[in-house]
Amino acid sequence: MNTLFTVNGRKVRLSLHPGQTLLRVLRDNGYTEVKCGCEEGECGSCTVLLDGEAVPSCQILAMSVRNREITTVKGLMDMDGTSVIPEAFAETGAVQCGFCTPGMVLSSYALLKGNPAPSEEEIKLALDGNICRCTGYIKIIEAVKLAAVRMGKK
Amino acid sequence: MKKYRHVKYSEQKIDAISLATGEALFTDDFTKPDMLYLAVLRSPHAFARIRELDDSPARELDGVVEVFSHKNVPRVMFTTAGQGYPEPSPYDKALFDTLVRFAGDEVAIVAAETEEIAREALNLIRVDYEILTPLLDYSKALNEDAPIVHPEKDAKAMIPVPFHPEKNLAAEVNVEVGNFERAYKNSSGKVEATFTTPITSHCPIEPHTAMAYMDEMARLVIISSTQVPFHVRRIVSRILDIPPGKIRVIKPRIGGGFGAKQEIIVEPFVALTTWRTGRPSRLRLSRKEVFTSTRTRHGFTITMKAGFEPEDGKINALSMEALENTGAYGTHSLTVLSNSASKTLPLLNKIENIVFKGKAVYSNLPVAGAYRGYGATQGYFAYGQLIDMVIGESGGDPVEYYLKWCIKAGEGSPIFRAIGEGTEGVEMTLDTVGLPECLKKGADVFRWQEKRNRYSGEFNSGRRKKKGVGLVCMMQGSAIPKIDMASAYMKMNEDGSFNLKVGATDIGTGSDTILAQIAAEVLDTSPDKFIVHSSDTDHTPFDTGAYASSTTYLSGSAVKKCAEEILKQIKKVGSEILEVPEKELDIRDGMVFVSDEPHRMIGYDEICTYAMYQRSQFQIQAFASHVADKSPPPFAAHFAEIEVDTETGLIRVLDYVAVTDCGTPINPVLAEGQVEGALINGISYALIEDYHFNEKGALLNNRFSRYKIFSAMDIPPVRVILVDSEPDPTGPFGAKSIAEIAINGPAPAIANAFAHATGKRLYKAPFTPERVLSALTSK
Repeated sequence: MNTLFTVNGRKVRLSLHPGQTLLRVLRDNGYTEVKCGCEEGECGSCTVLLDGEAVPSCQILAMSVRNREITTVKGLMDMDGTSVIPEAFAETGAVQCGFCTPGMVLSSYALLKGNPAPSEEEIKLALDGNICRCTGYIKIIEAVKLAAVRMGKK
Repeated sequence: MKKYRHVKYSEQKIDAISLATGEALFTDDFTKPDMLYLAVLRSPHAFARIRELDDSPARELDGVVEVFSHKNVPRVMFTTAGQGYPEPSPYDKALFDTLVRFAGDEVAIVAAETEEIAREALNLIRVDYEILTPLLDYSKALNEDAPIVHPEKDAKAMIPVPFHPEKNLAAEVNVEVGNFERAYKNSSGKVEATFTTPITSHCPIEPHTAMAYMDEMARLVIISSTQVPFHVRRIVSRILDIPPGKIRVIKPRIGGGFGAKQEIIVEPFVALTTWRTGRPSRLRLSRKEVFTSTRTRHGFTITMKAGFEPEDGKINALSMEALENTGAYGTHSLTVLSNSASKTLPLLNKIENIVFKGKAVYSNLPVAGAYRGYGATQGYFAYGQLIDMVIGESGGDPVEYYLKWCIKAGEGSPIFRAIGEGTEGVEMTLDTVGLPECLKKGADVFRWQEKRNRYSGEFNSGRRKKKGVGLVCMMQGSAIPKIDMASAYMKMNEDGSFNLKVGATDIGTGSDTILAQIAAEVLDTSPDKFIVHSSDTDHTPFDTGAYASSTTYLSGSAVKKCAEEILKQIKKVGSEILEVPEKELDIRDGMVFVSDEPHRMIGYDEICTYAMYQRSQFQIQAFASHVADKSPPPFAAHFAEIEVDTETGLIRVLDYVAVTDCGTPINPVLAEGQVEGALINGISYALIEDYHFNEKGALLNNRFSRYKIFSAMDIPPVRVILVDSEPDPTGPFGAKSIAEIAINGPAPAIANAFAHATGKRLYKAPFTPERVLSALTSK
């Protein structure tokens, strides 16, 4: 079946089966920037924004969010024209394999929208649901701090 | 020291933006019309014989296209280890067998129109198992009455090494230098201890995934999340009897490997399905399957003894006896075992009498394999603590001790020759050893002396929370000498850009970037002039793959040679255009100029255009291969400061300093990133990671909420320093390896800090509160 969703600011018709998770539906409809790492809500790779809040899309039934604003990392590029966070990740060396990065970027965005100057502890807390095995988080935290400074200046 | 223009510079990773914005494609992001989805039926039993398997009810389900099992797939013995050929790992596995050897072993696969149908069909396959008594305690594997995990007659070793599956012995290594027994007997100081390390998971965030399809020329194309595309091609070719020339393996972006993807696990299944049905197919493992049925770190039990002089701690005799659990199959069993000794024992090379006795044994537990650190992690947990015990007994300071006794530049160790990768090793003297610099720098930054003095009385204080500091020193290697080979191909384009094609496999480490930097340094042009294409068996030359800390050192050397050959051609054309002999030409910023008349110059773009279109036309292009004669070790010194809560048993890391000598860091930020990632993985390994099984051998903690790994909230303060070390004369622009070494440090460094804080030892990792409390109450 086909149903209307709002993804990255656009009304789109997505094909789905009832009972499918938002993660499955997004990926099956070509939004492959949403990554699948565990499908158990425990790794954060599939993070999307639902009305601006970072959530694991594998834990959400697609049909339940037909009336919500869904944002993937690609949609973030259009919002406020911000590529600040991905750039900060790239510059600080916070991207290694990059599989967790789209989710990390979205969690960082959700944090910085509500808290433009977070402390290190607040950054760690905001990223706690996003697991990374490559970086040890050190440069990721650095990236969020850099992005906070740059977004503050905008 | 030479000033570099493009290396030793933190160039941004070339794929970073593409990854951070979700543009970059991983294996699971590719799709084909008409694709089949695979699901794997796995044994629920740790050890069982399949009496009967009936797949007909599954075949009747609407949407099921094929079911594969031992009934319709020929038995070919192989190893899943993605190693050079012939592999040092035994051929002890068939794609499908009638004997299943661990809970999670493959029984059958279903290919269906959707993932859901494939999974549903698994429930319809009827399997009648004869349940056998499993071997779950590997310490009993060599007992007379132990169940035999590999009773089959067709398991074999491919190289002449001890392999006795009839006794559960997957591999054995025995080496003696000097005479341990005599020297031990004659030593007045003696220490002995047994150390145990856990089974742990790599946890790459991208699960193992592969897809296959037939191209328009009826060739089999495999896209895979692999560290070893060329080994995938070779092994799939053998198992399915398809000529290598009919197979193309493509490596897209890879979501982390750490050794877990140096294994040919999922590729044979998609290859089989597509080859038999002609339709595209995909298999993406679930997280549970990644935990249970891919690969783990080998658990070890290591007993060490040292005979020494109590006055100065001089060790006369050292013995290491290792028992390695390889699980149900022997992948990497021999080489991980060898590395537990070959990467540790040369560190204090003045010890004249050394014995190593290692045995790798089978069990009915998940399969172990390559994991960052590769035996050195387990080896240093024992070695790093035992040396600390000797230092403690002789009253010295660890920094001074290591400075005095560690291997120095210009020296070798008989161990280098004695232990190789399944065969004899390669003798070498080390050109550079930056360990003294690491120790001095680390001691200074960490304030080692001050903290060590401050906490010296903690162990017999009545305080609930006790603090202490610990130190460990390490070495690793850089590629496997005389065995591993890397190659590169480069061609020039008329805008002065270059296609750089390498077999080296960037799995997230940034190797595409540093290889471009190496080429840029040779050709003195911007790294962004290089269009790097890594690992496609049709379009890039051979490389053994991303393992054994080899890419920078080995593949980097191939790229350097290749770029040097390109430079010769550029100069030749430049000489023709400028009418000046080649030896009077120099290069700068993508231009060739006359050394004495720098205003006479010509750009790379014009040179290439001339070569393509004007006179004596030819394509400026080159290729190069590289095999190393040596494996120069990187060195590291790690310093840990911890606090032990003697009531709860919790260990908190207060400060951690890791200082590394990797020769020239080609890209310091990326090199630091390697250390940071390995370090946090290592601290997580030391404190919390471990597999738990039920009494029947089923893995209990097969998800992230049960198998916790460090998240952002868990990381302690760490400081990573790369010392400005001597360039290694054999590495590209002086580079040695960096990726693995740091993971070996945390467990012994924290354990040594624990001993300093409490006067007790932690012999078993991870250091859970239960183990800490039991260590505190031990004698």
